[in-house]
Amino acid sequence: MIDKDKADDDIDLNDYKIEDLKTSKFYKSEQEIPDELRNSMKKVGIEVDSDKSGIFLQSGNKPDLCVSKVQGIELMPLKEALKIYDGSDGKLNLQDYFWKAVSSDKDKFTTEAAINEITDGYFIHALAGQKTIFPLQSCLFIPPFPGLKQVVHNIIIAEPGSQLDIITGCTAHTGAKSAIHLGVSEFYAKKDAKISFTMVHNWTETTKVRPRTGIILEENAKFSNFYVVMSEVKNLQTNPSIKLIGKNASYFGQTLIYAKGESYYDIGATAHLIGEGSKAEIISRVLAVDNSHVIARGKIIGDGKDVTGHIDCSALLLSPTARVDSIPAIVAQNPEVTLTHEASVGKISDDHIEYLMSRGLTEDEAINLIVSGFLDVDTSPLPPSLAEETKKIIDIVSKSEMG
Amino acid sequence: MNNILRIENLTVRVDNHQILKDFDLNINKGEVHVLLGPNGAGKTTLIKSILGFKKYVVESGKIYFKGEDITNLSISERVSKGIGVLFQHPPEINGVKLSKLLTVCDQKRNMFTKETTENACDSDLDEYMDSLAQRLKFSKDYLERDVNTGISGGEIKRSEILQMMVMQPEFLLFDEPDSGVDVENVEIIASIMRELLDRDKVPSKQEKSGLIITHLGYILKFLGHITRAHIVMDGKILCSGNPKQIINGVMKNGFEKCRECISCIDSTEKLEEVDFTL
Ligand SMILES: Nc1ncnc2c1ncn2[C@@H]1O[C@H](COP(=O)(O)OP(=O)(O)O)[C@@H](O)[C@H]1O
Ligand SMILES: [Mg+2]
Repeated sequence: MIDKDKADDDIDLNDYKIEDLKTSKFYKSEQEIPDELRNSMKKVGIEVDSDKSGIFLQSGNKPDLCVSKVQGIELMPLKEALKIYDGSDGKLNLQDYFWKAVSSDKDKFTTEAAINEITDGYFIHALAGQKTIFPLQSCLFIPPFPGLKQVVHNIIIAEPGSQLDIITGCTAHTGAKSAIHLGVSEFYAKKDAKISFTMVHNWTETTKVRPRTGIILEENAKFSNFYVVMSEVKNLQTNPSIKLIGKNASYFGQTLIYAKGESYYDIGATAHLIGEGSKAEIISRVLAVDNSHVIARGKIIGDGKDVTGHIDCSALLLSPTARVDSIPAIVAQNPEVTLTHEASVGKISDDHIEYLMSRGLTEDEAINLIVSGFLDVDTSPLPPSLAEETKKIIDIVSKSEMG
Repeated sequence: MNNILRIENLTVRVDNHQILKDFDLNINKGEVHVLLGPNGAGKTTLIKSILGFKKYVVESGKIYFKGEDITNLSISERVSKGIGVLFQHPPEINGVKLSKLLTVCDQKRNMFTKETTENACDSDLDEYMDSLAQRLKFSKDYLERDVNTGISGGEIKRSEILQMMVMQPEFLLFDEPDSGVDVENVEIIASIMRELLDRDKVPSKQEKSGLIITHLGYILKFLGHITRAHIVMDGKILCSGNPKQIINGVMKNGFEKCRECISCIDSTEKLEEVDFTL
């Protein structure tokens, strides 16, 4: 039975406000970013001064900074992009991508984002054949404004043969009491395009979070998705939908959660394998301590010929009052599909601890070694520079969160 | 003589079954003993009791290491005093790379042997692994795999051996180092065990001690001088003595005969050279 109190389905969006947007500032360059914001960004591993192909920063509901440094990779606030890409003079018509990967009437959160005219987000567009060398950075920040609702809508398009590496951090100021983050992200990877996306969340124990992500993959498109949350949160629910419509499209998703305090997470991913030979892998690692409760879902629907899918959820419980529900689901709608899943939920076995103790480790050292091994995720599906960055972030975040 | 391990009247319970009953064993510094016995005799139980595993509850009796009562110490405290072990069935530890564990073992050895000067590997751990890789015939990418995960019996023994080579304990427990290992590799493992146990040194320089559990005996052929052999059945030592006589007797009569003890090691019997080959 799902804990009603923590699940908190009845969020009333009228309880939240959007800040006065007239007072927000727009910085022209990285140098202008105030230290406070800079430090918050560091918590999600984003270093403003390092080599990047571009950077987008938004506090609350208005972009603060948007710098694009690479030819052929466009990065701009979504509102601005909507004006430019109107389909005129043979240009892209952004309306064709608006609410196509995520449906606007999916739930009250998407509805809120759809009717909300004043909020913004980012638009990233890789032109055909273009590649990012260093990852693009984006950071969404909830300022110290109690009861704030941050509503973000992002659209990411990778044209045929392009390659996009993106690293996104979402974080809240410790003074952002009882805020809510609604983030809609729509990804489109066209033929032979490749998107690698690392997202790091760092919330507070009062933040509620509702990311709504949709991904559409065309022929031979590849998507690698790394999602890391290691902070407390009040309540976070997300379940990205991935539609692999093209032949041989592939998706790899890895989620890493360190749940503590009273946090409640309901996280998952749903992959729909439609294109012939498409494949999806959904992996999650959950470490649950204190009174946290995590529901780890994964669902793969196999429709196309010769599609393959695999779900792997493993969870370690380090406290007697933590709870993890692992819910993998595989649905075959075609006899020529191969879908598998494995799941394991439990505490660290005494055998493992005692084995390591017989090499002289104390009990705590043995547990730490096993836990750090559990968190040492395989970043090899990511391009080298993003893989390195992702490893570094997991390292920084786990050190600061786990002490 | 300088006593290294002394077990007195040890009674051990596992999940409410008494496994060891009034068990006694005495090993002096520089000695290597062999423990033989059928499956289920309690050999592994003895090892895990010496180490202090939680499930192995000491109901009565004492374990002394270098004269100190260690019966109530934690596993790590016991190990820090110089005990090392090669397990029969070590667990798979997902996510922990063997190279990482070896680094930790190296740090621990440095910590435990602060004062001691003689270290087999005070050079760089990497170089040491390179030399061991040749001797033990493994490739370096073997070290980047998770500890004991998805590897063969022989590879598991290698991983255990490597950890012992790094830790260089004063007293070593070997739980069936030869089981599941093919003939060629038994010789390699035996040569390393000989080194770990100082068996290639002149007796006066043999500082290391050990207890080797086996139910095959074949490996003993390659181990050099063994001080004493014991036969354990039903959680008790039934017979102790000269290793060759004991092994001869077991091979002639089988373990079952030990229960009724037919005094096969009659001291008047003429000693023949033992052929350990099975
Ligand atoms: N962890 C355990 N849980 C339950 N029973 C055990 C456990 N370990 C050993 N035993 C029992 O204790 C007896 C001795 O086992 P063991 O010490 O493993 O024998 P050996 O190593 O000599 O083959 C056996 O009857 C075995 O079933
Ligand atoms: Mg055994």
